[in-house]
Formats: sequence, C-alpha cells, structure tokens
Amino acid sequence: MKLVKYIFFDLVRSRFVFFYFLLLLLFTGTFILLQDDVSKVQLSLLNIIILVVPLVSVIFATIHWYNSAEFIEVLLAQPVSRKRIFISEFVALSLAVGGAFILATGIPLLIFYPDLVSLLLMIGGFFLTIIFIALAFWSAVFTRDKAKGIGLSLVLWLYFSLIYDGLVLMLMFNFSDYPIDKIVVVLLSLNPVDVSRVMVLMKMEMSAMLGYSGAVFTDFLGSKVGMIYSIGLLIIWSIVPFFWALRKFSKKDL
Amino acid sequence: MVKIIKAAFLIAVLFIACSFNIEAKQIIVSKSGAGISSVKTALTKIAGGDTIIISAGIYKEHGIKIHTPVTIIGKNFPVIDGESLGQIFTIDTSNVSISGLIIQNTGFSSMDDLAGIRTQQVSHITISGNKFLNCCYAVFIAASDYCTIQNNFIKGNPANQQMAGNGIHGWQSINCEINHNEITGQRDGIYFEFVQGSTISNNHSYENMRYGLHFMFNDNNRFVQNLFENNGSGVAVMFSKNITMLNNTYRDNWGASAYGLLLKEINDSYVLYNHFEKNTAAVYMEGCNRIVFSRNDFIQNGWAIRVQASCMNNTIAFNNFLGNTFDIATNGSLSLNVYSGNYWEQYDGYDLNKNGIGDVPFRPVSVFSMFSENMPESMVMMRSFCVTLLDKIEKVIPGVIPEDLIDNSPMMKKINNAYPGSGT
Repeated sequence: MKLVKYIFFDLVRSRFVFFYFLLLLLFTGTFILLQDDVSKVQLSLLNIIILVVPLVSVIFATIHWYNSAEFIEVLLAQPVSRKRIFISEFVALSLAVGGAFILATGIPLLIFYPDLVSLLLMIGGFFLTIIFIALAFWSAVFTRDKAKGIGLSLVLWLYFSLIYDGLVLMLMFNFSDYPIDKIVVVLLSLNPVDVSRVMVLMKMEMSAMLGYSGAVFTDFLGSKVGMIYSIGLLIIWSIVPFFWALRKFSKKDL
Repeated sequence: MVKIIKAAFLIAVLFIACSFNIEAKQIIVSKSGAGISSVKTALTKIAGGDTIIISAGIYKEHGIKIHTPVTIIGKNFPVIDGESLGQIFTIDTSNVSISGLIIQNTGFSSMDDLAGIRTQQVSHITISGNKFLNCCYAVFIAASDYCTIQNNFIKGNPANQQMAGNGIHGWQSINCEINHNEITGQRDGIYFEFVQGSTISNNHSYENMRYGLHFMFNDNNRFVQNLFENNGSGVAVMFSKNITMLNNTYRDNWGASAYGLLLKEINDSYVLYNHFEKNTAAVYMEGCNRIVFSRNDFIQNGWAIRVQASCMNNTIAFNNFLGNTFDIATNGSLSLNVYSGNYWEQYDGYDLNKNGIGDVPFRPVSVFSMFSENMPESMVMMRSFCVTLLDKIEKVIPGVIPEDLIDNSPMMKKINNAYPGSGT
C-alpha cells in the first residue's frame, strides 16, 4: 500500500499526467461550451474516449514501465515480492491516469448532462484506461528493448481501434448473405474498444438507426442484460491481460 | 264582395303559411325545460335546410341518422356521448353541417368501423369546430365529395393499434378540404384512400400510433403547412401522382421504423419548402420518379434522404442539409437522380471566384452509408475510427460510391428557405 502511494504521488507530480488532465479538460470544456446538443457532446466525447484515451494510456504506461525499470530492480533487492511490485505499479498507474480522465471528463460530463449515457461514457473510458495499461505492461514485460516495447504497444492500440474493425467489416462484407448478426456480437465482444463504443451507442437515440435489421443488437446489447454483459466483458478484459503480464513478470529473468 | 274578401284572406293566409315554410325553421334541443331533449327527436321534426341548435348538456345518444339537409350547431359544446355503444352520427344526405359539438365514446367493434361522424355517398358536408374524444374513427368520409372538415380537435385513447381507428378517414372522395384540425392519439392522424383533388392544410397531427398522415392511391392532392410531430412512423405517401407538399414540418419521428416522409411509388410530385428535423430517416424514397425536392431544410436527421436504387429522374436542388448523420444514402451503384445547388454542411470545398458556388463537387454519400444500406448489420460499426477513416479515404480516392451521385454546384452558404407565400 505504501508502494502504491509512493508511485502514485510520483506519477501525479510528473508533468505528463497533469498535461493529460489539462488536455482532456480542454476537450470536454470546448465540447460542452460550444455545442448545445447533448447527444453531439456525448458523441464527440465518445470519439475521444475510444481513440485518445487508449492511445495515451498505452503509450504512457509503456514508457513509465521502462523508466521505472531501475527503480523496480532496486525494489526487488528488498524483501518485496514481484507480485506486489507489479500490482502496486498497476494500481498506482490506473489511479493516476484513470483519475485524470474521471476528473477531467467524467465529472464535468455528469455535472452538465447527468444521464445514463454520460455514466456509461465514464465507465467505458475508465475501463479502457485500465485495459490499455494492462496491455502496455504486457508488451513492456514482453521485451527488454524500449523501442520494441513501445512499438508493440502502439501496434496493439492500432489493432484494437482500427485493424480489428476493418477485419470485422470485411467479414460482414464477405458473409453478408448469411445471418451473421450473432457472430458479429461475439466478434465485437472480443474487442474492448468496440464493447465500450457499442455500450454507449445503444443507450443513445442513435440506436434507432439500427432499425429492424439490427434487432439482435438493440434487443440484446440495448437491454439491461446487454449493459451488464458489456460491463462484465470490460472487467474480464482488464483482468486477463493483467494476470497474463503478471505471470510473465513473475517468471521473467530480469 | 264578402267572397272576394274571404278569398283574399285565404290567399294571405296561404302566403304567410308558405313563407313560414320557406323560412328555415330553428329547433332548439335542450336538457332543461319542456322542449325537445333529444337530437334524434329533433331530427324527425325538421324539413330540409332547418337548423338544430343544441344547448349545453350531456346527450347519451348513438346511431343518429341524418336523412334531411340540416345545420346542427352546438352552443357551449354540448356532449353527444355514444357510451361505447356504436356509431354516433351517420349522414346520408348532402348539404349537412355540424359544428360546435363534443362527440365522444363510439366504442370499438371488430365488424364495423365505428365513427363519430360518418358520411356516405353525399356531397357538401361541413364539419367544423367539433371535439372528438375517444372515438374509434372520428370523421369517416366515404364516397363523399366537396366536404370541408376544419378546426376540429380529435383525440383518441385506444388500448392498442388493433383497436384504433383513424382521425380523419377519407375514402373515394373528391375535392375535400381538411384544414386547421388538431389530431392526436389515433392510429393514423389522417388517412386518405382514393381521394382526389383535395387539400390538407394547417393541420397538426401528433403522437398518433402509426402515421401522422397516410396516403394511398390519391392523385392530384396538395398538403400545405401541416405539422407532423412525434408520430409512430411519421408520414407515408404511397402509390400516387401529382402530389404537392408545401411548407410542411416533419419533426421528431424517431424510432426503428420511423420516417419523416415515406414516399413509395410516387410520380410527378413536388416537395417544396418543407422542414425536416430530428427524424430517423427524414425522407425515404422507393420507386419514385420525377419528384422535385427543392428549398427544403433537413436538420439533424439520422438519414436526410434514403433513395433506393429504384428511383429515377428525381431532382434534389437548393436544399439545406445540416447536421444529419448521413445526408444521402442509396443501395445501388447507379444513380439516375440529379443533385444540384444544395447546401451541405459537411462540404469543405472552396470558392475561388466568389460566386457562392463551391468549385469542387461534393459527394453526399459516404462509404459507410453505402455499406449500411447493403448490409444493415454493419450499422453497428457506426462511429468506429475505422469507418471514419474509410470515409476520409473514399473522399480522396472514390471507389465504392456511385459515380453520378454528385453535386457539381454545392452552395457555400446556407440557403434561406423561408416560405415566401402566405396562407394556402
């Protein structure tokens, strides 16, 4: 716990988290002040959340891990278990970056537009932060080379926010003659970015545009069960890469 | 001499009697006093052209049949209550006028279409200033010509769509005027089938279960300055030609199968100066030919216009497209419609010679809208970064979107689409 506190304050003192906080606050402030329509504000913020939040989280977490490599090595010389160090790093980073997000985007959004969509945006953004920090740790543990590690985490970000959707679209295109909507739901569940995007969209007026053909989506993902399902998926998505990275770190020859 | 005087007297009496007959009689129906206290009784005592004045009160009557031309006027809104037992007024003679009544509770029958007022094979009927409450059908005009229905308030309260009727139901009629009515809570606000040469103007049709206005097989009609709001599925106009839609507002028709204006098999028609705001699909066109869309505003709709590939020779010119998710969507690779001189908010070209017309053509269809027309499942990818990127790439190197679906002279500034005329 002491370790979490120490790393957390170290992070908060660093300029990066503060800068990230300011950037998000700027985005949120401009959207809220310049647009009078609720759904427009929420849609613009959705774009930020599925694009900027994962990118910043993944890059910052990777860099942070490499920068604190020596610190971790020193700590390991002390009677502290690897597991504890790893968990402390993860928790402190999540608190700092996720906290910046919630303070800069979540809270203002909930103050100005206190509805379900805003809440879901906040939940989605926070989970994406955690998930991408876990992924960053995984790729940082994967290789000792800093450049390679950052490259890997960038590729992961690119894959989840761009390439994956492209592949799904291609699949839809090729199998459009078959009833693929259930498969699409499964495929979307395999990408945390899509999960949070769809979770928010389903609660917006826009979901009506899915129409009859999207009955599976609106009936399942748009329902209460669907919302719980989405949040459950996000939790699983933050746990799995984390434990995978933890296992790797515990066995790694430093 | 006496004989002459007697004869003169007789003639005078006859004259007076005759003149009494020519002068229309007024009969007062009232719940208080010893006079006539029922509308049905009053109707048995009249000759053609008489007037019945009904005083305030509740008259529990149904199955009132009007066989003689008559003017019925309600004073201080008397209530004619059908007690859910059946149709209230049936008119089977021409030249009848009914005004100032509250007509309520027709009940529901799965055998007959029960109406507040039904007309059958007549002409020149005026129904004005009445309130229809909780009627299955409020006004049902069957094979009746030259009818005027105006200033009525119609509010239905059905349990479900199967038990609901239409507000104003027109069938096989010619030259009718439907003006200034307020219709809500019915199945279709206004339903027209085989009606010709009629005008529907200044009506407010809102929160009806199905369509605000439903139009089937009606040629040569106009609808002007109506407001259609928040109806289950918006407005549907089908299988008609020569329709003029002028200065109407279609608003908040939002839902999985809601359209601002659904056009199916419509030919040679005009859609001018209309205002479409916040509809899932503002205009949906299927099998439509030679329609002119001009000076309309499309604001914050899901789709502004969905043109199926079965439409040809339509003109879409001088409209404003503001803040729609998709401006134009189509499902074919061939476009046989003309797009010209519109203002597209999404247009980001330039105007070097300052003539107000953009120098770069605008393609109003995005790749994603093409995808989603052909495979509706892909709508779930909406707002994905991948989709945004695809749209941007397509703008630079067009490959998927129809070659001819292009506005060669997009406007740089919003067009003022305020309706210049007044009235109808």
